Amino acid sequence: MPILALQNVSKSFGALKVTDNVSFDVPKGQALGIIGPNGAGKSTLFNLITGNIRADGGAVQFDGQDVTRTPPMQRCLAGMGRSFQIPQPFGNLTVFENLVVAATHGQNLAEAQVTEHCANVLARTELLGRANQPASSLSLLQRKRLELARAMATGPKLLLLDEIAGGLTEAECDALIDTIRAIHAEGVTIIWIEHVLHALNSVVERLLVLDFGRIIGMGDPAEVMDSREVREIYLGIEI
Amino acid sequence: MAQDVTFRVETRTPAARIAGIAALICIVVLFALPAFASRSLIQDLFFILTMLVLAQFWNLLAGYGGLVSVGQQAFVGFGAYAMFGAAILWGLDPVLAIPLAGVAALLLAVPTAFFVFRLQGAYFAIGTWVVAEVVRLSVAQWRAVGGGSGTSLPRDVIGDMLGLALVQDLFGVRAAAARDILAYWLAVILAVLTIGGIYWLLRTKRGLALASVRDNVEAAKSLGVDALRMKWLVFLTSAFGTGVAGALIYLQKGRISPDAAFSVTDWTAIVIFIVVIGGIGTIEGPIIGVLIFFALQSVFAGYGTWYLMLLGAFGIVIMLFAPRGLWGLFSDKTGIQLFPIRRRLIVTGQDGATIREKDNG
Repeated sequence: MPILALQNVSKSFGALKVTDNVSFDVPKGQALGIIGPNGAGKSTLFNLITGNIRADGGAVQFDGQDVTRTPPMQRCLAGMGRSFQIPQPFGNLTVFENLVVAATHGQNLAEAQVTEHCANVLARTELLGRANQPASSLSLLQRKRLELARAMATGPKLLLLDEIAGGLTEAECDALIDTIRAIHAEGVTIIWIEHVLHALNSVVERLLVLDFGRIIGMGDPAEVMDSREVREIYLGIEI
Repeated sequence: MAQDVTFRVETRTPAARIAGIAALICIVVLFALPAFASRSLIQDLFFILTMLVLAQFWNLLAGYGGLVSVGQQAFVGFGAYAMFGAAILWGLDPVLAIPLAGVAALLLAVPTAFFVFRLQGAYFAIGTWVVAEVVRLSVAQWRAVGGGSGTSLPRDVIGDMLGLALVQDLFGVRAAAARDILAYWLAVILAVLTIGGIYWLLRTKRGLALASVRDNVEAAKSLGVDALRMKWLVFLTSAFGTGVAGALIYLQKGRISPDAAFSVTDWTAIVIFIVVIGGIGTIEGPIIGVLIFFALQSVFAGYGTWYLMLLGAFGIVIMLFAPRGLWGLFSDKTGIQLFPIRRRLIVTGQDGATIREKDNG
């Protein structure tokens, strides 16, 4: 059974159709990459999955439940963890407290039960040394790591990453890829939007290409990247 | 990582330990004070303590919950009138009617919240004010408690008040002075419960959720925080506490009128001033703020309009040069917190790689 299934999901902003009849399944444990030119509707599709935006039509199923009308908070409790494209830290809280919020509320646990879990997530996202700093004092890379760490702290079955490698240096990016690959190896399903294609393709097993709100290609990353349509529309190469 | 690494969380600080002892001494002194202090000092302290309670609840609402209300006078007035109504119409002991006043304010807060939670920011502020005016105009129609011109607590109701005879015997004072002492003791209890309760709330996982909602509501929702429930929690809690404080204030005054009990200046504007100059979003801030306000009032209140202009100017200066208030300024410079809520992760058993407390790198 797929962990996530979208059936004919649509969303318009005024006259603009940003998500146009999108349907796809994500099997449990898969890492799916989503690519597409700017304005293709990637982040909207993402927000439709997490519930931050509500669909005009169609259905979203998560882990066997229909969640089309479920608010983001309940989707998180059901096992969706997300990062934001522009990091959204709780600036007045420390890095550790940011994780405690996510772990206690995202899994409905008591504070005493999550200390170990939060510390471990901080260790694997290389933020343990920053645990007691206010989140507002972090650098861009650290903020991106905090996005990942917070999503992980909710104990997700499905991890949704929105351009988490954007704006990082090559070395920073490689370190982040290692972390994400390790998380994926534990069986966490991943959906990852990314412009940094080499980062994406070194992790994902399947690629979905979006343009003008429609799926124009889906399948094995190498094949998808090679297809004529994708190269024309996404990479802008005339053949 | 080594096998024997352990993690624990610490919130206590050395300053807080000292503050805890100081607070205990302070509470004992405040309770014992009527034995030595003059009646006017007791009245001043009653004013300070009740304003402190109002300020703490407004701070919970605005500083922690992000709900900037300008309509808290609705709950002060409604609580006070509920107490008067219960005492005059049902013959209930006014002291026992005080918690009932809190419940009345809570009941008023439920429909109010349904209305004002649809509004954001400045619209929310104005919405709460509108509700307060509607409640004031409605209460002014209530003939049994004096309508628009107000009423006093009947002599027999005051005379038979719970604990009054005890206080009179204890200190050998007249009934009026005994009522001040009784009200003062209740104010001490209320202030201790308020500060203790808010501090407890902020140290629970709900307190952390409250801070996350204030910082970034979208992110909080996506991490499983029920933002709407947090808003309800602080709004209802503040209404209850503000209603109790209102009833206590008018128990001591003994006389009530709609214009005074629903005054936006006395019960909201001055309360906001106290919180803003002291330091919004901290428990220490309102304590510092109320002391500064009282000092300013004592020195300058005789200057009429100039006094209010001075308060305004002072508030503006603080907002420009110390936006986190005087306590915020002090705390930022020294790192001292008397009511620490920051959870620090302590890692032990890991050689060398302890957590850097301050790192600018």
